[in-house]
Amino acid sequence: MTDAGRHPGIKLLTLSEVIDVKGYIGNFEARILKKARYVSEQDCTACGDCADVCPVVRPDEFNSGLSTRRAIYSPFPQAVPSAYVININECLGHNPVVCAKCAEVCEKKCINFHMSDEEVIEHVGSIVVATGLEAYDPTELDEYGYTRYENVLSSTEFERLVSAGGPTGGELIRPTDRMPPKSIGFIQCVGSRSAKKGAPYCSNICCMNTVKSTLILKEHYPNMDIKVFYIDIRAFGKGFEDLYKKSRSLGVQYIRGLPGNVVETGERGLRIAVDNGAGGKIAFHNLDMLILAVGMKPSKTTKKIQEMLGLQLSPDGFFLEAHPKLQPVDAATKGIYFAGCAEGPKDIKESVTQGSAAAARVVRLLHHGEMLSDPITAEVVQEECKICGKCAEVCPYGAISVDVKRKIAATVNPAACSGCGTCAAECPFNSIVMNHFTDEQIVGQIESVLSEDPATKIVAFACNWCSYAGADYAGVSRLQYPPTVRLIRTMCSGRVDESFIWEGFAKGAPVILVSGCHIGDCHYINANQWTVKRIDKIHKKIEKLAIRPERLQLEWVSAAEAIRFARLMEEIETLRRGVTPEEIEHTVRVLAERKKNNNE
Amino acid sequence: MQKPAHGESPRIGVYICHCGLNISRTVDCPKVASESAKFEHVALSRDIQYACSGPGQQSIRDDIAELGLDRLVIASCSPRLHEPTFRQMIESAGLNPYLLEMANLREQCSWVHIKEPEAATEKAVDLVRMAVARAARLEPLQGRKIPLNKRTLVIGGGIAGIQAALDLADNGYEVVLVEKKASIGGQMAQLDKTFPTMDCSI
Repeated sequence: MTDAGRHPGIKLLTLSEVIDVKGYIGNFEARILKKARYVSEQDCTACGDCADVCPVVRPDEFNSGLSTRRAIYSPFPQAVPSAYVININECLGHNPVVCAKCAEVCEKKCINFHMSDEEVIEHVGSIVVATGLEAYDPTELDEYGYTRYENVLSSTEFERLVSAGGPTGGELIRPTDRMPPKSIGFIQCVGSRSAKKGAPYCSNICCMNTVKSTLILKEHYPNMDIKVFYIDIRAFGKGFEDLYKKSRSLGVQYIRGLPGNVVETGERGLRIAVDNGAGGKIAFHNLDMLILAVGMKPSKTTKKIQEMLGLQLSPDGFFLEAHPKLQPVDAATKGIYFAGCAEGPKDIKESVTQGSAAAARVVRLLHHGEMLSDPITAEVVQEECKICGKCAEVCPYGAISVDVKRKIAATVNPAACSGCGTCAAECPFNSIVMNHFTDEQIVGQIESVLSEDPATKIVAFACNWCSYAGADYAGVSRLQYPPTVRLIRTMCSGRVDESFIWEGFAKGAPVILVSGCHIGDCHYINANQWTVKRIDKIHKKIEKLAIRPERLQLEWVSAAEAIRFARLMEEIETLRRGVTPEEIEHTVRVLAERKKNNNE
Repeated sequence: MQKPAHGESPRIGVYICHCGLNISRTVDCPKVASESAKFEHVALSRDIQYACSGPGQQSIRDDIAELGLDRLVIASCSPRLHEPTFRQMIESAGLNPYLLEMANLREQCSWVHIKEPEAATEKAVDLVRMAVARAARLEPLQGRKIPLNKRTLVIGGGIAGIQAALDLADNGYEVVLVEKKASIGGQMAQLDKTFPTMDCSI
């Protein structure tokens, strides 16, 4: 920590949040909101005189509220930076200054109530997302009595109670009588491995964290009666099994079965009912104190960062890596990497490994100082541009410049273009070429697939990042679905031109599916909102032509939704079977007439 | 610029990969290869054990040189997995890397239609047909050199972010480390001792 704080190569911005990121691999621009600390980071010596005189007393978050701090405080003794900080919402002294006791005693005059939040712009070539986790809040698991009984604590609170730097100086005491407990229980999988409350996944660290806690307790209190209630003990890492065995050999009792309920007895003891799986009987255990081994949840900032950077999430809510084995720290978005629990629950060793891995991936990217850009970008055919301005309106990146007033034709900045193809799909005059996903190429695919027995096939457009990846995931998961679907990959659903749909139906397609990322998850900021508008428009048009609108489907499938993809294929297949030869014949005829009329 | 026009008569090489048994257990690869040979512009179509393997890639490179193939269809796994591999391969054989199209016979055919080998084979032929149609219309593309900013933004000052920041900074790369709280350290700073070493967290 201190190394990171004083490293000349690291600019440390605390109390800061990234609020917006623009740009692309190698050239990102991040807007960062740095909140005011009200204490000079450079000048504060962390003497603590200010906190001594501060009259405002608040629960100390670092100690899980088990002790108090003042409105001006140091987050914890080893904090980096070591400077104190004022929680301005709690402080009495600013605007107008009514208290200011801290400012009066501060010899170095580093307290300044007039500091204000500032916005910092940073230009970077790559981004490492290491946004971590939140501990599971066990409040909803009412049967364990977390909110009712003071002697039921979460494992995060327990950590502070046994810490030498914690509120009790490392002495384990019961909150009710401040006496050391003679017996203690740990309940595992609190908020983990449950479909009903908490999360279905294993949080990875809680078994070993409890094993560790029992070892600490046995070291300090050899006679303490310790019971661990569990489903499975997962001691899979290097050296973990040894620790588990040691814990058992020291007399810690591991009891299979999670408690059904907890009630308080006289003298604030706890009576725990556990279904003994083997005997089928309910066993009761009387304990002085109970610790809930809480699992991990994705950080609350995950959603915001995901939208800001155009990333994907796994079904468990953590960030989705580009490949689970071969690119475990890469995001699908180039130039962005993951480290630590942002990507999924993991222990310290794994987090450190990922941090180093992410750094190595960044070096691999940046060390040349330049790279070849992806040529999958849009180009405007200048002489065909009618200067309507539509392309610039729809471009999610502002990569197209066009001057409608002065009649200057549109041009695409290839460095800013990310290649979604929405402009090419929206251009009313067909004057934009989307390289590598041209009209000609895609229509070629449509024509070829429908050249034989079109009525037996489903034409499905899938965006590269979500729906196509979701289909791949269905494959990796060996989910079975009807073999009638033929996927056409585009980078974004926004690329799916109206003409592709007409082409498909005109060639006898019974059903056409357009699929992409969920709204808000689009890899190209919001390009898929144009997909929605376009499909709406086509639905109205086909209805007028007496073509059933259901035959054109728009569905969102994320990269993690393998099951949803397979189910969707079943549904679309049912839909396909319901389309009659007469319907298809009618469609082909009216579209041929329409084309003839349009040409005339 | 002009709307690009594709080459007059493309010579496409088609490779139907067995992927060991991953594809060939369900899809009749030799049959797909012989059907694909009939498509327009296909100069060569054959099945291959592992297209991605060293010998597999070399045999494709040899074909390109001997038969004057100018674009390829590799029908194997997802392009999300091996497109970069095959792009590098055809580039090393002197072709533009964007003159490659993949047909996804593994993730989107053999693995998802295990019990319907005939229908899967039929679908595989279609997927290759579409890939050939697309390949015939592909245009060579060239990326342009863009400068890279050598700084990195690390979002989150927990143990993982700190490690990434330190490794980068020690390698001479500037880092901006952003932490929303008043101190770095994250969850780990709140732990007492840590497994498996049983030492302090800070």
